[in-house]
Amino acid sequence: MTKQVTLTIDGIQVTVPEGIVVADAAKMAGIDIPVFCHHPKLEPVGMCRMCLVEIGRPVRDRATGQFVMENGAPKIQFMPKLETACTNKVEEGMVVLTQSEKATEGQKGTLEFLLTSHPLDCPICDKGGECPLQNLTMEHGPGKSRFLYDEKMHLDKMVPLGELIWLDRERCIQCARCIRFQDEIAGDSVIGFDERGRRTQIVSFSDPGFDSVFSGNTSDICPVGALTTSDFRFGARPWELDAHASICTQCPVGCNTTLNTRREAKAGGRIVVKRVMPRQNEEVNEIWICDKGRFAYHYTEGKQRLTRPMIRKDGKLARASWDAATKLAADNFLKAKKDFVILASGRLSNEDLFNLKSLAEHSEGKACLYSNMAGGELTSLVGVGAGTNFADMGAGTSIVVVASDLYQEAPVWYLRVKQAAERGATLIVLNPRETRLDKYASFVVRYAYGDEVKSVQDLGKKSKISDAFLKSENAVILYGSEGLGLSGSASLASACARLLNDNGYAGKPNNGLIGVWERANDQGAWEMGFEVEEDLAKALKGKVVYIAGADPVGDDPKLAKALEGAKFVAVQDVIETATTEIADAVFPAQAFTEREGTLTSGERRVQRFYPAVPVTGDAKPDFSITSQIARHMGVILEGTSVSAVFDILAASVKSFEGLNYARLAEVRPQWPIVGRSDLYYGGTTYENKQGMGAHLSAAAGRGEKVSIPRVQKEAAPRPKENELLAVPIVKLYDRGTTILPSELLHERIGEVSVSLHPDAAQNLGVESGQTVTVSFNGVSGEAVVKVDETVPVGVALIPRSMGLAIREPVPAKVK
Amino acid sequence: MSVLDPVVELVRGLGTTLKMMFEKPVTVQYPEQKREVRPRFRGRHVLKRYENGLEKCIGCSLCAAACPADAIFVEASENTDEKRFSPGERYASTYEINMLRCIYCGYCEDACPTEAIVLGDNYELSFYDRRSAIYPKEMLLEPVPVVDMTTPRKVEPGVFTRSVPEMKDPQD
Repeated sequence: MTKQVTLTIDGIQVTVPEGIVVADAAKMAGIDIPVFCHHPKLEPVGMCRMCLVEIGRPVRDRATGQFVMENGAPKIQFMPKLETACTNKVEEGMVVLTQSEKATEGQKGTLEFLLTSHPLDCPICDKGGECPLQNLTMEHGPGKSRFLYDEKMHLDKMVPLGELIWLDRERCIQCARCIRFQDEIAGDSVIGFDERGRRTQIVSFSDPGFDSVFSGNTSDICPVGALTTSDFRFGARPWELDAHASICTQCPVGCNTTLNTRREAKAGGRIVVKRVMPRQNEEVNEIWICDKGRFAYHYTEGKQRLTRPMIRKDGKLARASWDAATKLAADNFLKAKKDFVILASGRLSNEDLFNLKSLAEHSEGKACLYSNMAGGELTSLVGVGAGTNFADMGAGTSIVVVASDLYQEAPVWYLRVKQAAERGATLIVLNPRETRLDKYASFVVRYAYGDEVKSVQDLGKKSKISDAFLKSENAVILYGSEGLGLSGSASLASACARLLNDNGYAGKPNNGLIGVWERANDQGAWEMGFEVEEDLAKALKGKVVYIAGADPVGDDPKLAKALEGAKFVAVQDVIETATTEIADAVFPAQAFTEREGTLTSGERRVQRFYPAVPVTGDAKPDFSITSQIARHMGVILEGTSVSAVFDILAASVKSFEGLNYARLAEVRPQWPIVGRSDLYYGGTTYENKQGMGAHLSAAAGRGEKVSIPRVQKEAAPRPKENELLAVPIVKLYDRGTTILPSELLHERIGEVSVSLHPDAAQNLGVESGQTVTVSFNGVSGEAVVKVDETVPVGVALIPRSMGLAIREPVPAKVK
Repeated sequence: MSVLDPVVELVRGLGTTLKMMFEKPVTVQYPEQKREVRPRFRGRHVLKRYENGLEKCIGCSLCAAACPADAIFVEASENTDEKRFSPGERYASTYEINMLRCIYCGYCEDACPTEAIVLGDNYELSFYDRRSAIYPKEMLLEPVPVVDMTTPRKVEPGVFTRSVPEMKDPQD
């Protein structure tokens, strides 16, 4: 525990940890010191001078070093001038006056100065209503200004920093919170100050503008309306919005979010989601979310939403009643017997997956997970469990990231891992090409594609890196599927799990294996006992298939062909996809914004999301649809109460034992304090009142004997000479079903590309920007060449979910 | 009491009637005739325009926030120089007042930063159904003085950059 110091603020005695600044100490004591540039997550700079207070320190005797006493108390000497509370660290015996006449005058003066060039266009400002400058002016500002209005500085308004963030240069008060966030926290230094004095303004010096996946957070912490998002531009006034707690469904991090909703005439008088804001959970996403989570929610409201159940009649999909459609599906499922296959993706909630798995168990069917990555049964054995928190990791902890570009795959984990490394954790990055995390790594291992397993096994053998790894008290491995298919990732997972288990890095807090999955709830599916199918096309051909939350036809022509040959296809999804078009029965499912449920994050934390908007059409939640089908098959599954499904789940799946909805809704006090009446302190992030979730237990943590199978084969083929090996990588903004409907992100999604090393490009005679035909494994399509020196020579990087169906590394031809 | 008293009263009363017959009548023949309203009368709302025809309303929704009866609904959108409704970045793409809810308190006038909404002198509000009690923007907006001043219209770029008129010396 850090040393505590006691000081007096406004006559109240406060005991706080040593090393924090006075503004934070006051906050802990419930005293608000007005601030603009200070943010509890950022380093102090003292730029805005808003937090001026009187600070007195006890006088020490020079000879003895003891406090000089006066009337039985230490003699306090005040500084002749005001000091900033955000840059002065707390000291023993310090006396701080925040409300004295002198301090109040100082704060008033600062506000008067800040407003000399502020345009005061609050009525049209998106921040108006939740604006720190507005609030502090009302509370601490002078009623009148002595400055002349016509001497205000006129700068550019409506400057797009990128296509996601707008800048109003007049409103900016030069606190540099955005710049410091990008430099210190995001590690993307893409914006900065230009010019001087009153002309100082923010500029973006990246191409495309504001090229960071965390850009939206700057609008949250901006204390004025200088930075606003283009998604919410003039969307609503903040006081008109309702707030509903939710969980981001875009990646396995499981960031806590708040959905702001409002009734809208443009949407035909419906209640719609107007924006997604972060919700504080210091154990998951702190107070940040990435831009994908913030802007990719539009798929839930698009015109493509399925609203009515449909069945195929005379070759065409026609509207049907719920009863008729589910009956049709149930009859076919019953007839199929062993030919019944359930294909579900991690887009579904735990309850949905549990009902699907139960249906498979009660019939003779098989439950498959739609994923390109395997190894989930091992994360369930030696995964991280209760007490795990990236924020606690520092010196003494090793974090290994293998075959994953966290910045692209799980941006908030990238933030958390980066911060842990900065606190002293040993970060070991194993990847065949350069990733953003390399900069912060203690060790970087560059292996060739195909050597994943070997490079992980080397961590257990004698070397400088393995010494550092094995010496650490705790170890976490995050493994991904860059350049790997199902069998490759299974081998890699098992190599990682063995390494952890053999060295005692399992079953303890802050120890274990984490999968960087493709979808939000893949981990949940693995816990439920779903399995992946190596040859999915073969497994689907000629079968009776029940697809939930997946679009195999749109993703892969091979699977499309296989499903054409299927006997019967029932699909339940949120929006129309290529798969619903070929289906024999289509069931409209409710989006996560319309219903309740839980998701299991990659860190094996189960978290609740809540309904925010009314249901679209006749859509039902997935677990309910499954239950209705099951009833026609003679199987009784809970289909009305989602918490009841969870209770049954908790009773039947071991890792969920002891969890229930009430437990998941528990909250603990968190630091920094955000989202209350004082928006100027932490930004517009919402306070967490609806639950921080709870960890699943891992088999190793329950004291069960864990045995990890020895890795049988190499993870993936190595590139051969005179051959180009196409390997899959993951891009944050891809053409996935849940991202594409957000038109705002289209520029960031871009075109399907193939990245080559300059030498490889030269050998093939292609140039950067040229459109080429890429063909592999029966798939062929056009792609734009990107020449990149960080790509190894013999490979061509092809992003997943961008139009070229790549599942695993395969030899390819580029023309 | 004298027996003649009722007769005296009757004659007095008839005398008043006789006097009034030669005076100007005070009744107004509504609806054929309409009476001038008082200068501070609060009637049906009008959304004002600037002299150049641009709408004063910038869609800030402060009137809706101030409204104690929750009668006003505003939705904003973005102006462009190609299609400009009001000066500045923002205009009201939806502006509705539910006249059945409105209590004519005038708080919306007070809240308006551009003096766009004004309670006018029209008090003739009657509807056949509840739906028609909701007055959309087209009904509330003041008519343009000249035809080519309608909104939206194309304007020269960079002229109308400010939503709220520049404040003059704070002394006034």
